[in-house]
Amino acid sequence: MGYPHAPHPRETTVLSKYFGDRDAIGLDGWRKRGGYVAFEKALGMTPAEIVGVVKDSGLRGRGGAGFPTGLKWSFMKPGDGKPHYLCCNADESEPGTFKDREIMRWTPHALIEGCAIGAYAIGAETAYIYIRGEFTEPLERMEAAVREARAAGVIGPNAMGTGKRVDVWVHKGAGAYICGEETALMNSLEGRRGNPRIKPPFPAVAGVFGQPTTINNVETLAAVPHILNNGAEWYKKMARADNPKSTGTKLWSVCGNIARPGNYEVEMGFPFKDFLYDLCGGPPPGRKFKAVIPGGSSVPIMNMEEAEAALMDYEGMVAKGSMLGSAGCIVIDDAQCMVKQIARLARFYAHESCAQCTQCREGTAWATKIMERIEAGEGTMADLDTLLEIGDNMTGKTICVLSDSCAVPIASGIQKWRDEFEAHIKGKRCPFRAAAAA
Amino acid sequence: MAMSKEMGGTHAESHDTHGGAEHAHGEPHEPVFVGERRKQLDELLTRYPTKMAVLLPALWMVQEDRGWVSEAGMAEVAEVLSLTPAYVKGVVTFYTMYHQHPVGKHFIQVCTTSPCNVCGAEDVVHAFLEHTKCGELGVTSEDGKFTVIEVECLGACGFATPVMINSDFIESVTPEKVPDLLSKLT
Ligand SMILES: Cc1cc2nc3c(=O)[nH]c(=O)nc-3n(C[C@H](O)[C@H](O)[C@H](O)COP(=O)(O)O)c2cc1C
Ligand code: SF4
Ligand code: FES
Repeated sequence: MGYPHAPHPRETTVLSKYFGDRDAIGLDGWRKRGGYVAFEKALGMTPAEIVGVVKDSGLRGRGGAGFPTGLKWSFMKPGDGKPHYLCCNADESEPGTFKDREIMRWTPHALIEGCAIGAYAIGAETAYIYIRGEFTEPLERMEAAVREARAAGVIGPNAMGTGKRVDVWVHKGAGAYICGEETALMNSLEGRRGNPRIKPPFPAVAGVFGQPTTINNVETLAAVPHILNNGAEWYKKMARADNPKSTGTKLWSVCGNIARPGNYEVEMGFPFKDFLYDLCGGPPPGRKFKAVIPGGSSVPIMNMEEAEAALMDYEGMVAKGSMLGSAGCIVIDDAQCMVKQIARLARFYAHESCAQCTQCREGTAWATKIMERIEAGEGTMADLDTLLEIGDNMTGKTICVLSDSCAVPIASGIQKWRDEFEAHIKGKRCPFRAAAAA
Repeated sequence: MAMSKEMGGTHAESHDTHGGAEHAHGEPHEPVFVGERRKQLDELLTRYPTKMAVLLPALWMVQEDRGWVSEAGMAEVAEVLSLTPAYVKGVVTFYTMYHQHPVGKHFIQVCTTSPCNVCGAEDVVHAFLEHTKCGELGVTSEDGKFTVIEVECLGACGFATPVMINSDFIESVTPEKVPDLLSKLT
């Protein structure tokens, strides 16, 4: 198992403070580090008060869409006589993203505490943590932590001795990227095929088991205990002075062609250039950065001019033409072929399409076929227009946005690296492969 | 639809590994959900408001005990959860991690999605195919020991290239490390 790097002095370690600390994994160790103090505090507050603090903090969903967490929680109406559920999305399958895995394997109790507070705040007695089946080690850690917390009476029928029931259970997925989509996750949890559902109804009205449900990402929930302990004001201060819309710290997963890959935690608004060169050590020796996909494979690809001018928060990434997404930052250097990598991403989406929607099922498959044809040196200039047209037909027309996500990297590729596409077509071969063979 | 199959199958028709088909298919099915397993199942049923919600966990138990999920295994799961075998099969085929055929004793999954791909994941795949003598993806080696497949992002992209061997998750695999990794598997 890989250990994380020692934090860089410019990191702000809130969620990642105990990454790499073996003693933080168990309940005793976690309690010594301040664990479950926030849950105890929460149980002494009303659900509405907790929702209020989370709203004030400005916390937004870390699963990709950035929806305000307090607002999402406020859609739930405790006391409506229905069972409510909290689902924790630990499916983490967006290429480039591996932060939730680190939270679960080093600080499993932090997630349980976040789930327990969240469940209580939305009037739910049960929270399910849906973990992708491939995460064998995080699954083991989370299961052990749940057993420990239950045996100690922290969670269960009489949580913290308050007479309130707060159950937290771990549920193991079985391989399917699409189960990270919130309604697909609920279907999967119910024992169905993981097809996304048509919305409305939204989960807060009819979610898992047909009951009011809130779904949150691992990192979102893990941030909640810190907010209750330190207050909304403390959280809000971790932001750019001129942008109060993105607050707190953010875990960034960094991978690909970069000197020091790993998870980094910085305050919202951190300069992306300093991040890439200073914290992450710049490109591998002898190489240059060519492209960055900042928010997991579904967001637009940035060239270096855009990336180096960007600020790392929701608005900062949009201002430079991309999105924060899941903050899974994929770095690509000048030795890589953009056509090949975009074709590979298209293949990912084709493989992961749940195939309910024609535009997605056919579009992802055709886009892959054409991208791979171009990469093999068998493409035509007309293929570029066809790709953009297919992309248009795949965008905004389907049950979920997986379809849109496939079109996104292709469009940015053709727009920003058209020369590479044309070199494949005109030279009838991949120039990178040719250079490597020479 | 033909297109989708060509792409290696979407979740409409989930991927399926071949080879080693001669054993086990026709054998009588020993029930999985007896004794300790039955107790585990009963405990799981208390966690959810419906029986159906235990379907994925129950299929995992079958695969853990038997190495794969046979038609008979699906029928037993259907029986204990009051579902139809056809329904259970419909669910099994959606997910990529349930094996619908026996696989090699060591099932090796190598991530080749872009973040790992730019770090040389394809060379890791080649090294596994060569050293296991599987030759081809999805084909079990003649001695029944190995099956190698490519998989999509394993959620550990900063530790390129991650490889799963059965339930062991191994990080930062390079082609040079492959012979040594394999020599530890008996
Ligand atoms: C195709 C697809 C895959 C997704 N995968 C994940 C995932 O793996 N983890 C996650 O937290 N959110 C994922 N999401 C986003 C969820 O649908 C949902 O917005 C999120 O879990 C809400 O939590 P948050 O508000 O805390 O961010 C995915 C969305 C789509 C459309
Ligand atoms: S867009 Fe694709 S993945 Fe999403 S529901 Fe439709 S077919 Fe399934
Ligand atoms: S791309 Fe290989 S683990 Fe994510």
